[in-house]
Amino acid sequence: MFRNQYDTDVTTWSPAGRLFQVEYAMEAVKQGSAAIGLRSKSHVVLACVNKANSELSSHQKKIFKADDHIGVAIAGLTADGRVLSRYMRSECINYSYSYESPLPVGRLVVQLADKAQVCTQRSWKRPYGVGLLVAGLDESGAHLYYNCPSGNYFEYQAFAIGSRSQAAKTYLERRFENFMGSSRDDLLKDALFAIRETLQGERLTSSICTVAVVGVGEAFHILDQGTVQALIEAFEIAGEEAPASEPTAADQPASEPGVAADQGAPAEHDAAPMDI
Amino acid sequence: MTKQQANWSPYDNNGGTCVAIAGADYCVIAADTRMSTGYSILTRDYSKICKLADKCVMASSGFQADVKALQKVLSARHLIYQHQHNKQMSCPAMGQLLSNTLYYKRFFPYYSFNVLGGLDNEGKGCVYTYDAVGSYERVGYSSQGSGATLITPFLDNQLKSPSPLLLPAKDAVTPLSETEAIDLVKTCFASATERDIYTGDKLEIVVLNADGICREYMELRKD
Repeated sequence: MFRNQYDTDVTTWSPAGRLFQVEYAMEAVKQGSAAIGLRSKSHVVLACVNKANSELSSHQKKIFKADDHIGVAIAGLTADGRVLSRYMRSECINYSYSYESPLPVGRLVVQLADKAQVCTQRSWKRPYGVGLLVAGLDESGAHLYYNCPSGNYFEYQAFAIGSRSQAAKTYLERRFENFMGSSRDDLLKDALFAIRETLQGERLTSSICTVAVVGVGEAFHILDQGTVQALIEAFEIAGEEAPASEPTAADQPASEPGVAADQGAPAEHDAAPMDI
Repeated sequence: MTKQQANWSPYDNNGGTCVAIAGADYCVIAADTRMSTGYSILTRDYSKICKLADKCVMASSGFQADVKALQKVLSARHLIYQHQHNKQMSCPAMGQLLSNTLYYKRFFPYYSFNVLGGLDNEGKGCVYTYDAVGSYERVGYSSQGSGATLITPFLDNQLKSPSPLLLPAKDAVTPLSETEAIDLVKTCFASATERDIYTGDKLEIVVLNADGICREYMELRKD
């Protein structure tokens, strides 16, 4: 995409029928660090790579809880993502207040998409520069949606956004047909493997990634670092081995990461309930 | 020309009584479960107690529609607080929020007489008592509702701390143990049920302490 005379304004069409400002906004998503999501029939997992500006600073918050049954991972302009997640939280609370039931995920993504569309049709606004992977559970099952700055949204079995996400997408494309029947731990394993794909050789540890889960009987929460590290080790994902090598069967019983994850959710001094 | 009187009131009184007692490391909140209108009983099994936060429980008597609306507003505000602060609201914070929420409707009040009970930031029991428009005070014990006039003098007799004029200032929380306080509450309600027609059926007792929350019930006279 090159600079041209039709890209100054979001309200200017190009002769080819494109809105360049919107497309540039989608480029911003590709600049952000990777975020991936995958879902089974009963669970949805979100995972993302944490990039800190420097060793001295803390990393960006990329996963937000919107409600007990909905969470979102973002890639792109995190400030825009923060504002949109505040909007999502507010919508969830207002819906629960009025209808005494959780907001269906499909409704929330439509509202988000409409909000994004407004910014593509006002001369005094700019499109949001953030892509959202919305993970949620409602009466119709587990869902994963991708909302992009253009105002479009799609439902996915698995998806990856952000920089080097193509590597993760390739990994997911090979395996997505099995996800529907996957167990919670299988989903977590695949999420971590997909994240590792985006790291291009760098060692995967819990300090550079964040993982969150929502599922039947399990409120949306971010797994604490200890749990994630234990999963990485159990599935032997960390090293630079080729992705084709199957991990040995987890030594820990499958229930253990689940139990540890539940303990990670309630108020711990460093892993606060609604945090990251 | 006499002043025109309203032929319809937006309010109704559903009766009932609430009590809360603060202890050194616990708090007891109790309310009966009878809901009435006029001289009729609407239901014998309606809870007037609502858990607002991990360490904060509210009991309210008065007009239950307003009570329900108030509970919903506070719960929603608590969710927002959790999103913004990454932690649960403390009981004193919720106390202030309740007062502000009530005063917000100063000119069309929530017909709700509340007692808020819980643990403060140091883990000690705390009780806040309110009027319908948000005037509140931290106390060692309190009672609201139709049976309050019967219960409060009894609690004064059993629990009243020395006069606030005495120095050094003494803590208002009762030195009673948790079981003694629960017993006291049961006695209060058993007596109030005898003489107050709007109190009875069942007593719901919620106890908050460092281990968490637990709930128990006691049958009361049904007449």
